[in-house]
Amino acid sequence: MCGIVGLFLKDRSLEPQLGSMLTDMLITMTDRGPDSAGIAIYGEENPNISKLTVQSDTPDQDFATLEADLGAALGSPVHLRRKDTHAVLHIPRGQLTAARTALGTVNPNIRVMSSGDTVEIYKEVGLPKDVAERFDLRSMSGTHGIGHTRMATESMVTTMGAHPFNTGPDQCLVHNGSLSNHNRLRRKLQREGIHIETENDTEVGAAYLTWRMQNGATLGEALESSLNDLDGFFTFLVGTKDGFGVVRDPIACKPAVMAETDQYVAFGSEYRALVSLPGIEDARVWEPEPATVYFWSHDHTSTPTEKAA
Amino acid sequence: MQTIDMATTALRDLNATLQAQAEATNQTAWEIVNPKGSHAIAVGLDAPIEVTVKGSTGYYCAGMNKQATITVNGSVGPGVAENMMSGTVIIDGDASQYAGATGHGGTLIIKGNASSRCGISMKGIDIIVHGNVGHMSAFMAQSGNLVVCGDAGDALGDSIYEARLFVRGSVKSLGADCIEKEMRPEHIALLADLLERGGCDAKPEEFKRYGSARQLYNFNIDNAY
Repeated sequence: MCGIVGLFLKDRSLEPQLGSMLTDMLITMTDRGPDSAGIAIYGEENPNISKLTVQSDTPDQDFATLEADLGAALGSPVHLRRKDTHAVLHIPRGQLTAARTALGTVNPNIRVMSSGDTVEIYKEVGLPKDVAERFDLRSMSGTHGIGHTRMATESMVTTMGAHPFNTGPDQCLVHNGSLSNHNRLRRKLQREGIHIETENDTEVGAAYLTWRMQNGATLGEALESSLNDLDGFFTFLVGTKDGFGVVRDPIACKPAVMAETDQYVAFGSEYRALVSLPGIEDARVWEPEPATVYFWSHDHTSTPTEKAA
Repeated sequence: MQTIDMATTALRDLNATLQAQAEATNQTAWEIVNPKGSHAIAVGLDAPIEVTVKGSTGYYCAGMNKQATITVNGSVGPGVAENMMSGTVIIDGDASQYAGATGHGGTLIIKGNASSRCGISMKGIDIIVHGNVGHMSAFMAQSGNLVVCGDAGDALGDSIYEARLFVRGSVKSLGADCIEKEMRPEHIALLADLLERGGCDAKPEEFKRYGSARQLYNFNIDNAY
């Protein structure tokens, strides 16, 4: 059992409250997943910079000279903003790949949580309320975000086993369920050269999407094919630069509730997660269909029944 | 009318209060406010009282009900009226998965849609859904009636035993050993009564009946131990 929440704002005036709204939703899902929590939040875009969110178990030591060291390695100024065990590195736009490569040399202890233009991922072991407090999630503003509370079934309770998982630039995945063919799929993806760090099943799901997209699939196509290639139970929520998507396995025993108003589209594992949202009493509330890919984005006016690809 | 506010009353106290009502209680009307998606609201009741929940609920609302009439002015999460024995449960909105699962008796009325596995392993309950039901509904249904005024999803009535399924709209697919059956006068009469109890304005003649072909392994006496 795990808890998933997601919030996509249509009403820009709510953006300063995104972190606070998502945090309330996340904490409500504590009894579905008390061992770790994480959040991916999509903030305002600066056309000159991209962001790497990094994590270290010894941040005092590892972050002390990181800004200068990475800047020197890149030959461009890098800005570091630390939050507890995480730090967001502002990298000049266009140098994200170079920065990731350089980071491996500068300090291999540092782990990348997310990379992209607007996304920041924070995740740690602990109760969702404690994780939210450590990263001051309530103060964050943004256009949309997804969050996860974990009750581990398939692998260790570690930071790297927590969700969301970064699947590509500005893309991430959270999962409620358990994949049963992750070991075989992990070996296959590793043979294809995909980097997979842990024994976690969701990381394999994320790596699978990354691999499919590296081979030319759109995110929608990758999600559609996941219905055939992933065995087990899943409700996935994927974050993208301009929105989020939902897909459930054909059996659909992992719960999912959605609510939509003129101001937002919200996702929760349970309706309880949505009850504090403004105007929820009059929202359209429904359950996403099994084996159907849904997307909402800022780019175009989507409908909840729109299928990807 | 007694009102219980879940913003100020703990769930266990709420259920203990309702469960403590004697069969001859004078306090027959109860209203529950601020449910806010909480789980296990009004479960295990055993008195002919009327409970109205003002809002949507989470998992297992009205589970194991006996005698009581429970109305939810909203939608319900998974497992509403699970293992109901008698009484009536009315949902004004939608119901999530496995509504009325393993129900032995009573009537469950869902005015919106029900999602997957509605009436799974039903054992005598009558379930009347005004809208659609999702996949695997009436899976291994043993007894009782499932009425669907809208459409049914995939694998309706998979491995069904003796329950009767009535569907007005389309059936995406029938499950193993579930077949369409003739609507005889006794079925029309039965369905007319169910529709009236469910407050549906549909005509019984618009429905098709589905049930067990009795061809699975367990129906063959040679397989009995």
